[in-house]
Order: sequence, then structure tokens, then C-alpha cells
Amino acid sequence: MTWLKRSRYQIAIFLSVVGPGLITANVDNDSGGILTYSQAGAKYGYLPLWTLIPITLLLIVTQEMCSRMGAVTGKGLSDLIREEFGLRTTFFMMIALVLCNFTNVIAEFAGIASSLELFHISRYISVPICAVAVWLLVVRGNYRSVEKVFLVACVLYVTYIFSAFLLKPDWKEAAVYSVKPILMFDEGYITMLIAMVGTSIAPWMQFYLQSAIVEKGITAKEYVQSRIEVIVGCILTDVVAFFIIVSCAAAIWAHGPKDINDAADAAVALKPFGRYAYLLFSAGLFNASFFAACILPLSTVFTVCEGLGFESGVDKRFSEAPVFYWLFTLLIVLGGGVILWPNFPLVKMILFSQVINGVLLPVVLIYMVMLINKKGLMKEWTNSPLYNAVAWVSVIIMIGLTLALASFTVKQMTQPAGSADKAVSKPLAQMQRHHSGGHSLEPDVRESHAAHLIR
Amino acid sequence: MADDLLFLTELLGLKVHDLKGRQIGAVKDAAIVPLIHPSRVDRFLIGGGWAWLTVRHDQIRSIGLDGIYLKDEVLTPYHSDEYMLRLVRDLLDQQIIDGQGRKVVRVTDVTFRIQHDQEGDVLGIIEVDIGLRSMFRRLAQGVIPRGLVRRLQVVIPPHSIRWEHCSILEADPQRRLRLNVSNELLERMHPADLADIVEDLSPEDREAIFETIDSEVAAEALTEVEPDIQASILESLEAEKAAEIVEEMSPNEAADALAELEPQTSDEILEEMEQEPKTEVEELLEYHEDSAGGLMNTEYVALPENATVADAMEALRAHEEILETLNTLFLVDDQEHLKGSVPLARLFTASGVTPLKDLVAEPLLQVDVTETQDRITEIFDKYNLLALPVVEESGKLAGAITADEVISLLRHK
Repeated sequence: MTWLKRSRYQIAIFLSVVGPGLITANVDNDSGGILTYSQAGAKYGYLPLWTLIPITLLLIVTQEMCSRMGAVTGKGLSDLIREEFGLRTTFFMMIALVLCNFTNVIAEFAGIASSLELFHISRYISVPICAVAVWLLVVRGNYRSVEKVFLVACVLYVTYIFSAFLLKPDWKEAAVYSVKPILMFDEGYITMLIAMVGTSIAPWMQFYLQSAIVEKGITAKEYVQSRIEVIVGCILTDVVAFFIIVSCAAAIWAHGPKDINDAADAAVALKPFGRYAYLLFSAGLFNASFFAACILPLSTVFTVCEGLGFESGVDKRFSEAPVFYWLFTLLIVLGGGVILWPNFPLVKMILFSQVINGVLLPVVLIYMVMLINKKGLMKEWTNSPLYNAVAWVSVIIMIGLTLALASFTVKQMTQPAGSADKAVSKPLAQMQRHHSGGHSLEPDVRESHAAHLIR
Repeated sequence: MADDLLFLTELLGLKVHDLKGRQIGAVKDAAIVPLIHPSRVDRFLIGGGWAWLTVRHDQIRSIGLDGIYLKDEVLTPYHSDEYMLRLVRDLLDQQIIDGQGRKVVRVTDVTFRIQHDQEGDVLGIIEVDIGLRSMFRRLAQGVIPRGLVRRLQVVIPPHSIRWEHCSILEADPQRRLRLNVSNELLERMHPADLADIVEDLSPEDREAIFETIDSEVAAEALTEVEPDIQASILESLEAEKAAEIVEEMSPNEAADALAELEPQTSDEILEEMEQEPKTEVEELLEYHEDSAGGLMNTEYVALPENATVADAMEALRAHEEILETLNTLFLVDDQEHLKGSVPLARLFTASGVTPLKDLVAEPLLQVDVTETQDRITEIFDKYNLLALPVVEESGKLAGAITADEVISLLRHK
């Protein structure tokens, strides 16, 4: 009886901590992530697979620190930054975070629009409906049931695994290149690798994961179970990434390497090789975009309100937490609205967010390592010297790669106007095509690295 | 904006002048010593040369936006002191409890009043600022001139909390004593409000509050806290303190709380409890959480079958502690078998000699300890009940389920 009681208790504890890690890691594979991985597979086949293992390790190191801080201090990351580094620092970080996340929200709605267009649903119908659905789900649902919906969304990523199997890839080659690092001094390839790492860690994840851990009431005592969950989440994310790359490698690259400019493009390119794979791929994209469109605005407002000291929480009424609800509503309305706005400079905006991301992430990561080493805050849970070494190395690698990505972007943006427009014009052209009633203006796109940079 | 107000953001960086009017440094922090005075700024910490200096409140001649002028320039180097609440380090950007608004807020600025005594100016904290206005002040200070900040901020509505309604958070028990942190404000709150506040705090601060607060208040608040947080609070406390709080809870609430804990911890707490509440709680723990036995409360008033209204009144006087939530009396025979339920309100219209038997509600409703939740809520709904007696297999009265249990049951579904 006591044994039964005890093991039941252990399982109950594990189930009680499931959520934050899995959700954060899966949202990482949002429409931008899917695009990057599709590009990698379509253009370079199985070659980039090896990066997934180091990416997973980097992801685990950063996510583990966040979840530990959440469990030990019971406070969100923006709370801690405010308490330790003051209002001004927090304020500017929050501004940067809102800008950065706003463009991500736009990208998610773009993902919703393009994935549903594959099912012949006009964006003028899909985007407003999804925006309202996101708003209602988050504001009207209670946190626990919403979390369950999100966990179901995590499971739906399995569509990518099925679609990979349907496309009959060369498993042997996939296995070999997963562990065999291939470096080529081809500018496109290097940019691709950097983009893959760059998209895998975003500032919002650190804030979201830590808040979710706190919201879930996970304490230092359940931390062991929570850490397992976080690590499992990181691994699953990259397993999904693996299958996305493999799908695109099998269907697209194997029949001739190709540039992909839009995550929906990848799905279309799969079509000739398997109708079901195509459907699964498109459905997966919709799931990922919708899921991220729920989490990103929510995470943004929570972080901002926590850091700046505004009332927050979906259990509060509108009048009690006006900033919280207004900001949330604005992010969704503007994020969705932009997609329906003809000729909105979407690509420029996304490139711009890439730059803010590159500036913000180093600051966040450095603050994180500083915070986690504060004895007063973390007590016996600070990093060990060895872990610190690993953490700093990871942080420096991440910072280097993010800055590299940002500077590629800046280079792209500052190129003579004509060529920059041309370089980034394909997605834009696609958007225009949608606006101009199906007439294609597809220009001859110079083989460009911008395509890789657009997350 | 009155001239005798000063904000912490303005105080910081104010130049300090000696008797001859020479600058000796600028204000880096200010501290109150709550044991001596709850709101007067006792020390100013001045950064000048290598180290910080301490200026006592009685060494100051005047304080204004143009600077601080001293009347005594024998200053001592600053040493960290556990009795000081340093406003920048310990208060600014930290969370405090707003006792009147009943929520946790974050401090953006502090408002002082400058009192002009004949001996010199004294600063007293009057408010803690939390709104947009103070945020603007913080961000603009140092970027644009002080006077302009004051003039511009007027357009933003202020949002402040009177200092006497603030309760600061301090997790270290020793430091709580030294800083004279009291729980008075918290103990005066409604337990449900206190529970909401506690849910917003970090585990450390929760523990500090429950460790020091009056056990009775703690028990009432703990009842209202979400089950998982309830469990983490009980686990963080010393078994002895936890037992004290659990004893004050009603037995069914106590059993619910203990059922959430790791078996070892709940055993430790039970070990520390007094015999009587302990057996009651232990009995309740035997029932399955989702059954009538798990829902029922064992605090009820039962009277013999032949009792009168006068007897009932007397019994009620003897159970004053549960009157607030009591709405039904039960009649039992000498084997404690349930014979009837009497709605409390019926007593008021009956004379003292009326036998309670004449006042019982028909039909006699009761459920077995193993009855399911769904069936129970159905009965409550169908018969519009406030309380439902629960009996053991033998027909012996075991407890009663009250409507508030059913409400929280439905809410958490």
C-alpha cells in the first residue's frame, strides 16, 4: 500500500510538472523554425543534420538555467532582472522584447495564412478567424485547460514524423550525417548553419519558460522532475527538426537542390512526391503557427507586465489588468492585421526584428548567467564552476552566432536599395500575388542569403 | 505639486554641502531604521571619495531640490547594518504588499515629505509610488532637468500607496525582527484576500509569512489557497508549525491539505498534532478524496431525537466557533444513527418547548460515505440543500457535506 501510494505520488509529481518545458521547446519550432529547417533540407539535403546535436545541447543548457531559476526563486526572469538591475534596464529590454515578439507574431500569422491557403482558405477568412480564436482561447479559457490544449498541439508535431516516413528518405545517409560534421566554406552553407542555431534560441523563450515554471508552482523540490521534462522537451524539438530536414532532403533535395522562401513553399514542393506527406506538412505548419500565435503574445504581455509591475493574469478582469489585456489584444490585432494589409513591408520588418533579436539575446543570456550565480538568490542552486564554464561557453557561442546572423542581416539591409529589394523580394512578391488576385509577379530571384535569414 | 514633497529619484544624486557650502558628495541611498521610527529617513548614504559616508538625520540643516546642507559635518564611514532598511537596495524595484488594495505591487519610487523643524529638515516617507507617473519619473530623471520632470509628470495620473498600508517582504526571520516587519496588516485582511496575495509571492516569502503569522489566520488563509501551493507551503514549514496551523483548520480541510502532501511529510505533521484533531483528520484521510467521506466535514451539531428547541439553542451556544457556517442540526438516536435534519432557521419561529422532531426537513436525505461526487452534486441541486448528512454503512452519522464544498467542487471541475 505505501509502496503503491509512493509510486503513485512520484508519477503524480512528474505529471504535475509537465507543461512548461515541452510547450516552450515546441513553440520554438514555429513557422520561422520550420522554414529554416525546410530550407536547410531542401538546399543541402542531409548535410546540416549534424548541427542538431550541438543545438540540442545549447538549448538544454540555457533552458535548464531558466527553469532552475524559476523553480528556486519562484519569480519570473523579468521580475529578477527588475529587482537586480533596476527599472531602466528592464524598460529598454521590454521595449526590445515587444518589438521582437511582435514581428514573430506577424510571422506566425503569415504561417497561418499561407498554410491554410494550401487548403484553399483565403487569408481574409483564416487570419481574422484565427486571431479571434487565439484571443478567446487565451482570455476566456482558464490556464490549466489552455495548457492541456497546448500539450495536444505539442503532440500534433508528430505529423512531421509521419510525413518524413511517407517520403521514404535515405535513412542510412540521414543517420550518418546526424553524427558526422560537414563543414563547407560555402557562404550559403555557413549562413544556413548560423540561421539554424540562431532560430533555435530566442529571447522570449527564456522569459516564457521561467514564468511558466513559476505559474505551474514548481519548486526546488520538484525541480529534478522538472529538469527531466525540460530536457525531454529540448530533445523532442530537435527530433521534429530532424524529420523536417529529412522530409525536405528526401523529397526536394534528392531531386535537385532548391531554394525555399516560405514554409508553405516547402509543403508545395513535397506535393509531387506524396499527397499525404504534403497534407501532413501543411497541417503541421498550421498547428505550429497557430500554437505559437497563442503563446508568443501571451508570453510577451506576461513578461512586460511582470517586469514593469503592471497587474497581469488571465484570471484578472479587464478593468483590473488593463495594460495586460490591451497589449495582448493589440499584439494579436496588429499582428494579424499586418498580414491583410497590402504592401506592408513585412520582409524589412522581419529583418529588422532579426537585428533586435541579435542585440537583445546576448543581454538576456548574460543577465541570466549573472543572476543564476547570485548566492543570495539561488542559495545552493547556483552553477557549479564546471557548469559555469559550459554555460559561458554556450552563451558566447550563441552570442557570436546571433551577432553574425544579425550582421548578415544588417549587411543585407544596407545593400544598395535595388539589390536589397530584389534579394528579399520573393516572399514579398508572393504576398503581392495574393493581393493581386493570383497573378504571379515572381521575379527572377538572385540566389540570395536573405532567404535563409527570413525566419 | 507642493514644494515640501521630494521623491526618492530626486533625492538620489542630490549634492551634499558642508558648513561652508562646499560639495562633499552626492546621495547614493537613504535608509530608515524601523525599530526607531517607522517612516523617518534616519541615514543618508553619501558617495564622495573612496567610501560611502553616513549622514544622520539630525546632522542636516536643510533639504531641497538644490541640495542638502549640513549643520554638523562629523560624518562616519558607512557600515552595512542589519537594522537599516535601505530604500534603494531593499525597497526600490522590490515587491511589497499593498494592505489596502490587497495585492502585491512593485515599488517604482518613494515620496517623502520634507518637514521643516527649527532644528533642521527631516524627511518622512509618506507614499510608495507604483504607477505610470513614477515610472515616467524614473526614466526621465537624469535625462531632462528635475523641474521639467515635475511639470511634465502632472499629466499622468498618480498611483501611490500610503506608507502605513505597506507591508514589506523579508524572508530572513532574523532580519524580519531587526526591521520590525509585522504581520498586523496581513492579519487584519480577509483570509481569502490574504490567500490571493500569498499565491502571488515567491515560495520563500510565503514561507516567511506563514512561519510568523498567527496560526488561526494562517489556517483560514491556507484553506483558501490553491491545493498545490497549499502543499508546497505546508512542506516548507517546520512540522511543528505546520501541525499548529493544520489543527486550526476544519478537519476535512486539514485532511484535504494533508492528502496532497508526500506521505512522509503528512505523517510528520500528524505526529506533531494534538490527539483529538489528529484522530479526526486520520479518520477522514481513510476515505477516498472523491467520495462523500472525502468531502464531508466532521464539525457538526447533533442532538438526541427527543431534544427541544431550547436544548438546541443551548447546544449552539456551546459550539460558537462553528456557528458562522452552520445551517443544519442533526437528530440522532442513542446509537448515533441519523434520524432527522433540522434547518437552523426553523428554530427562530418555534417556541422553546417545541420538540425538534416536529421541525425536521422531509424527506430525510442522507448519503453513504462511499457516495460519488456526481451523485452528491445532483442531490444538492435537486433538493436545493445547504447541508447533506453523510452516514457510515451502519447508519451512524459520520459527518456532513456543506454547500460551499459543493461549490468549490464544481468550480474546480
